[in-house]
Amino acid sequence: MCSRKTAFRSTCVAGILLTTIACLNACSGSTTKDPIRIGVIGEESSVAGASLTKAAMMAAEEINAKGGVNGRSIQVITYDNHSSAAEGVRAFQRAVSDDKAVVVLGSYLSEVVLAIEPWAARMRVPFITPGASSNDIPKRVHDDYEHNKYTFQATTMSEFVAQSVCDFSHDVLVKQFHLKNAVVMSEDAAWTKPLDARYLDCLPKAGLEVMDHIRFNPDTTDFTPIFNQIERKHPDVIITGISHVGVQPTVQWHDQQVPIPMAGQSSQATNGTFWKDTNGAADGVITRNTAVPGVALTPKTIAFVEDYTKRYGLPPAYCGYSSYDMVYVVAEAIKRAGSTDPDKLVEALEQTDYIGTSGREQFYGRDDPFTHTLKYGPGLITGVHLQWQNGKQVAIWPADVANGKIAFPSFIKLSAK
Amino acid sequence: MLARQILIDGFAIRALYALGAVGFTLIFGVSGVLNLAHGGIMVIAALIGWFTAGEFGAGPYGGALVGILAGLASAYATYLLVVRPIQRSRAIPKEESEIFVLTGTLLWGIMIQTALAYKFTDNPVTMRPILPGVVTLGGVRTPRNEIMIAVVCWLVIGLVWLLVNRTRTGKTLLAASMNPRGLTLLGFELSRVHLVVWSIYGVLAGLAGVLLASFLGTGSGNAGQLTASAFSIVVVGGLGSVSGSLLAAYLVGYLETLTAYLIAPTLRPIPALILLVLVVYIRPQGLLGRR
Repeated sequence: MCSRKTAFRSTCVAGILLTTIACLNACSGSTTKDPIRIGVIGEESSVAGASLTKAAMMAAEEINAKGGVNGRSIQVITYDNHSSAAEGVRAFQRAVSDDKAVVVLGSYLSEVVLAIEPWAARMRVPFITPGASSNDIPKRVHDDYEHNKYTFQATTMSEFVAQSVCDFSHDVLVKQFHLKNAVVMSEDAAWTKPLDARYLDCLPKAGLEVMDHIRFNPDTTDFTPIFNQIERKHPDVIITGISHVGVQPTVQWHDQQVPIPMAGQSSQATNGTFWKDTNGAADGVITRNTAVPGVALTPKTIAFVEDYTKRYGLPPAYCGYSSYDMVYVVAEAIKRAGSTDPDKLVEALEQTDYIGTSGREQFYGRDDPFTHTLKYGPGLITGVHLQWQNGKQVAIWPADVANGKIAFPSFIKLSAK
Repeated sequence: MLARQILIDGFAIRALYALGAVGFTLIFGVSGVLNLAHGGIMVIAALIGWFTAGEFGAGPYGGALVGILAGLASAYATYLLVVRPIQRSRAIPKEESEIFVLTGTLLWGIMIQTALAYKFTDNPVTMRPILPGVVTLGGVRTPRNEIMIAVVCWLVIGLVWLLVNRTRTGKTLLAASMNPRGLTLLGFELSRVHLVVWSIYGVLAGLAGVLLASFLGTGSGNAGQLTASAFSIVVVGGLGSVSGSLLAAYLVGYLETLTAYLIAPTLRPIPALILLVLVVYIRPQGLLGRR
């Protein structure tokens, strides 16, 4: 068809290429059987960040096995931000511009999510974080709704985490064990600022006087000075706010036999590998988590944990639960919206009322002080408090899901008054 | 009471940092190499030790042994795959070789760290302490393992000192650090001397990594910090000086512990960094450095 003359050859090749591209574009535009693309930005080198992408892929496969969404399959495209905000933003841009994702899920690090949030606004693509808990994420949505309405926080935000710890402290530490005072020990990070503020406000109301408030550098490796400082105050309990660190303070608490129990939010202790990572030093540690393996928060919890564990060899991290749920929530929202148009999707996501793996999931609305974060409370999501005992996570609060009683290792001296 | 607590708490961890830094400074003294993959090598030893102790049921001693061997193997790998090819490359001018080695080991260290993060995640791990339990020492509750670590570190540092100052091999090392050209004229093969010093370094870094894992716990995320700490100890003490590293390890360490106790745990590394800058300004050869 093409002339052999060199002058024509390049024109000819270009012509064929153009026609092919035009055809490809037309083809992809004309069929509705194209997959729905969801970008998932994880942190593959951390237990939590890797669980997030795995859980999303599992949900997508399940949905596809049942026929997909309106006859279209869901395709999860994963990215790794290497725990860096700049790489998180680049991954988001790639997901939207190159890979044509209609929704992006991502990250358990507040620093990363806060960097992506304005890009979700600029590129007008719904962005849901299943793990980052800073209050600023939903607060920005509230303060500038028109721009930031594309961002959703599908995890319990810091203030509610603190509230959950206070509710647990009131019901168990104060009422059952008659503890009277506490020291708050938190790492210096974006998510702990609102957490600590709420701790200082609600712990006294729960019946625990706060004797000291210690914030430390997340790079800390030697916690001896911190534990010694705490011990000199003789508190009844240490309330933690830690996520970047976890293994090291726990091991040192155990090896130095610090006689004070630790409760609060210790995110690494929510991982199924924590016992092995600490060589059993985790024994007695209490933390809040989204769910606990073996405890049916909803009819979906146990099946999810079992399937996930069978598939990946270890139980999901806290953000695995919400990442899994959010793929289903997005699928339902697309059905409700009848399209993948970003604004219609945001509207549909706002109407979410979904029984997920960790509770009933609804988002706060435009007029609430924190917009697009998960609603907290009994009947919705409260979280579970668990304690590590003999290599297992045992649920100890709320009472209706507890499957065990608190037991402390022998070096803990409870100052029962 | 507080003073005693600071003194006792800081002692073991400083001995451990000194142990890591001694190997680091020896390599610099003898072959002029600043190994910025140092932290990575310590973490390899720790993670491999943890993995064999737990997954293969080798127990704390078996795990420690395998960990030290892993440290040795990665020291050899660093020397043979990164340092020596750069030093021997004809494409790199001799006077620029040091900066290329510096860059090479830095990149190698990042590669190690990233690879470890993918294999073992960046969660830190801990090895079971060889001696569990605590004793009360001058009113301060001290883990037995911590005392053992301090003793082991000082013993090993003493052995290194004996090796360097009292044996024939050690004298060759000293000679290599003073006048490498003279040594080659006497018929010594310089590359064999370098291999000896990298072997000593590998064992020291491996041991320090394994002990660190059984004491504070460590993971790929700590690699950079461990390199930085060895680097600042060695700069403050004097590059190439073993006793300078010991002195600096305690100086930097107690400064950090004092800051954590008396000012705020968040500001822990700042005064030590100020000291580092001051030393670079006022006494660039370091406290006990020769040049």
